Amino acid sequence: MLRIEQLVKRYPTGDAALRGVSLTVSEGQVMALIGPSGAGKSTLIRCVNRLVEPTSGKIWLRDTEITALNQRQLRRIRRRIGMIFQEYALVERLSVMENILSGRLGYVNFWQSWFRRFPQSDIDQAFNLLERVGLSDFVDKRADELSGGQRQRVGIARALIQSPDLLLVDEPTASLDPKTSRQIMRLITELARERGLAVIINIHDVPLAQMFVQRIVGLRAGEIVYDGPPDGLTPERLSDIYGAEDWGASQTAVPEQEPLLTAQE
Amino acid sequence: MAEVASSSPHRHWRKPPWIQNRWLRWGMVLGALVYLALAIGSVSVDSARIARGLERGGRMIAAFLQPDFVSRWDDIQIGVLESLTMTVVSTIAGVLLSVPIGLGAARNIAPTPIYLICRGIITVSRTFQEVVIAIVFVVMFGFGPLAGVCTLAFATIGFLAKLLAEDIEEIDPAPLEAIRATGAGWLKTITYAVMPQVSARLVGLSVYRFDINLRESAIVGIVGAGGIGSTLQATFNRYDYDVASAILIIIITLVMLTELISAQIRKRLQ
Repeated sequence: MLRIEQLVKRYPTGDAALRGVSLTVSEGQVMALIGPSGAGKSTLIRCVNRLVEPTSGKIWLRDTEITALNQRQLRRIRRRIGMIFQEYALVERLSVMENILSGRLGYVNFWQSWFRRFPQSDIDQAFNLLERVGLSDFVDKRADELSGGQRQRVGIARALIQSPDLLLVDEPTASLDPKTSRQIMRLITELARERGLAVIINIHDVPLAQMFVQRIVGLRAGEIVYDGPPDGLTPERLSDIYGAEDWGASQTAVPEQEPLLTAQE
Repeated sequence: MAEVASSSPHRHWRKPPWIQNRWLRWGMVLGALVYLALAIGSVSVDSARIARGLERGGRMIAAFLQPDFVSRWDDIQIGVLESLTMTVVSTIAGVLLSVPIGLGAARNIAPTPIYLICRGIITVSRTFQEVVIAIVFVVMFGFGPLAGVCTLAFATIGFLAKLLAEDIEEIDPAPLEAIRATGAGWLKTITYAVMPQVSARLVGLSVYRFDINLRESAIVGIVGAGGIGSTLQATFNRYDYDVASAILIIIITLVMLTELISAQIRKRLQ
């Protein structure tokens, strides 16, 4: 459903973030994108909805070539692509409800959005999602009153109310504690299964990724160096992605220790 | 600790001088002193004129100690009302103009040509002091409050649009990206991702500007741009120092009141 061909991104500073990445994600597939900081993970998913303009290469979502769209068409296709962010990226001074409804901005006209007069169907859907992510009591709370885990749940609801076909998830757990991280990953993968969404999750925490996804793609210096099932990530493969390290030691380590060197930014 | 000290017990340290070269440093001090001496020498001091001035000043202060609110009360009343009207109208007009210009002058959300134009308007507004702008508008529109309103509205842009633009440039970019990712256009992105982040500050700055405009409305009146300043100027021309004193007391009271109220409002917004 998502097809990326020979994607290249070079920043004006001359840094090549992506050096010809080709990737296909099928309907309903949940994929994790791993790799060291600066490998191009963020750039890759931002090229998909063109928050970052690719230098060359092509991206198709089903039959639409995203890389060929004009601004107006791009805004229409963005409605079908939900995005979840590392630091939640909520508008802190708006309420939980307003943050969730902002996921419908691509569907309503300007005055509806200005006066917060969203269609009843949107509001019903927002209440259903609030219930699903367990935040029914927080409708009119301001986003900055919530904890990290709660904020990410709002972020998830905002992405899902777009009724997307594809979810782009950028380090959803990087600012969360281990327990909340698992809950958020479980929620994202469950919701994706319920709705049959394809998902790309950028993630630093390899064991967490292995726990929840069917496919892992390893990126190193803008190139794909691993693409396979989670249990195929042997210490050798991890060294291909992250560079040499005593992977065996860290994988059997007690949870109090750092799970992996790269779990830190 | 003891180990660190033992390696070298007496190491001196002085703050490095601001200017490294000792000759340059003392040369500059000497130069400044010579210039000061010459500058003082160039001001001609006429002691007879000072004596006359002191006497006149004494009379003025004496008159000021007996403010006369009564004899020209009608003029004062008209002047105060005109000043308040000028302040309200110019602040509202200024804010309405400042919001789009402020948005345009924020580098992170405006395209370069619009950014340059809006920054240009702000720079022009900030370059000229209110009195200079007032003189221009008085020449254009004649004496009266219209010139004052235009002056204050224009000066408001330089203040409000600049500070608003700087606030916008410092907003958290993550929500901006998130709202754009939903497929929202520019205008919706501004109302959902930018305005919520700056609106409290905008209200606070507008209230602050209101009290600045009230103060300035007295000043621009002196060059003929209407309001209580014009009334004040007239009393000075007639040597009615007691009336002038009454007007000054009224201005001071009004400014203090608005400052108090605006400080309260801004405190609530924090």
